[in-house]
Amino acid sequence: MQPFNYHRPTELADVVKILANSEDPKLLAGGMTLLPTLKQRLAAPSDLIDLSRIPNLQGICEDKNEIIIGAMTCHADVAASDMVRAFCPALADLAGQIGDPAVRHRGTIGGSVANADPAADYPAAVLGLNATIETNQRRIKNDDFFTGLFETALEPGEIITALRFPRPKRAQYQKFRHPASGYAVVGVMVAQFDAKARMAITGAGPNAFRPHAFEEALTGSFTAKAIEGLTLDPDELLSDMHASAAYRAHVALVLAKRAIGLIS
Amino acid sequence: MNISLTINGEKITRDIATNLLLADFLRDNLRLTGTHVGCDTTQCGCCIIHLNNKAVKSCTMLAVQADGAQITTIEGLAGANGALHPVQEAFREHHGLQCGFCTPGMVMMGADIVRRLPGADEATIRHQLEGNICRCTGYQGIVEAIMDASSQAKGI
Repeated sequence: MQPFNYHRPTELADVVKILANSEDPKLLAGGMTLLPTLKQRLAAPSDLIDLSRIPNLQGICEDKNEIIIGAMTCHADVAASDMVRAFCPALADLAGQIGDPAVRHRGTIGGSVANADPAADYPAAVLGLNATIETNQRRIKNDDFFTGLFETALEPGEIITALRFPRPKRAQYQKFRHPASGYAVVGVMVAQFDAKARMAITGAGPNAFRPHAFEEALTGSFTAKAIEGLTLDPDELLSDMHASAAYRAHVALVLAKRAIGLIS
Repeated sequence: MNISLTINGEKITRDIATNLLLADFLRDNLRLTGTHVGCDTTQCGCCIIHLNNKAVKSCTMLAVQADGAQITTIEGLAGANGALHPVQEAFREHHGLQCGFCTPGMVMMGADIVRRLPGADEATIRHQLEGNICRCTGYQGIVEAIMDASSQAKGI
């Protein structure tokens, strides 16, 4: 690992200052992706800014019909939260399927969402559950957030502070996990809200996305039968040594039907 | 950078490089070589320690991130009088090891599982062990040991 300056500010305002005054800074949340990246020398930032001592970035609370999860809340805490489980069991289940228990003790929701790994689980929850990304500057709608492979709408100097999830009537996450890494080869979130159904797919494309034709069919009838015959275009999906695009397209359909079957 | 932390009940202060991994700090600086580094890529779990009572992989954490923390390594798991931790005792009883390389991580993860999920069944324990890799045993004795310790913790 290349040397770097390590900062551990205790105020968000100081994070912004250090970001602005450093040559090539990186924010350090749980470090479950960043540290392996540094160890492999795939990145060599000049400065690491550890967010673990910033107050108010950790914890889970309910506000009206939303659950608000602080950006530095670890996956294990989301998975074990009675509040999350009562509000949206699918979200707790998803958090409990990330990586392994030791990784879940360190990895954070804000870090995962900001990293926007195409195979991460949380992006499926952010889109499928219609979350809002709260930063130190603004609130970003989920549909505007993921813009490409490891690309998001976050501006330089912008820091995720919390994720806000509205209450779905019901939701379910199904994942075909890579047996070694635990990442989603494909993961599908389906959710029913009062007005319409939502569906989000992670692992299959350059970033998580919503298949709108599926959502329209599910809004009409929230049943596995409603999406029978619908397909995803493999030309828009990823191919790698683990799975071809055509395979991912197929698995996404299977998982979507399975998820709907479990709740309808 | 100066860090102060408590390791196995002992207060320790050291001046270290910011890019030093916690696993290397424990092994090379403190000579606590019971914490093993198997894969160095967050997969194998041989380097698991308890950070503020939670199992974490010390190869994927900077030592400076542990400033102020309470850490228990495999060397500190047994009681002060040398009495084995129930998970260590169960590993001995069920022969939960062969070569022993993965054992410190398995025991530290096992203790974490027993703490969080007393009375856990076999399927749960196997699922919880997915971040620990053993290349000798086929996991049978390991799972039996953790199940035993887990049921004892619940008083079953």
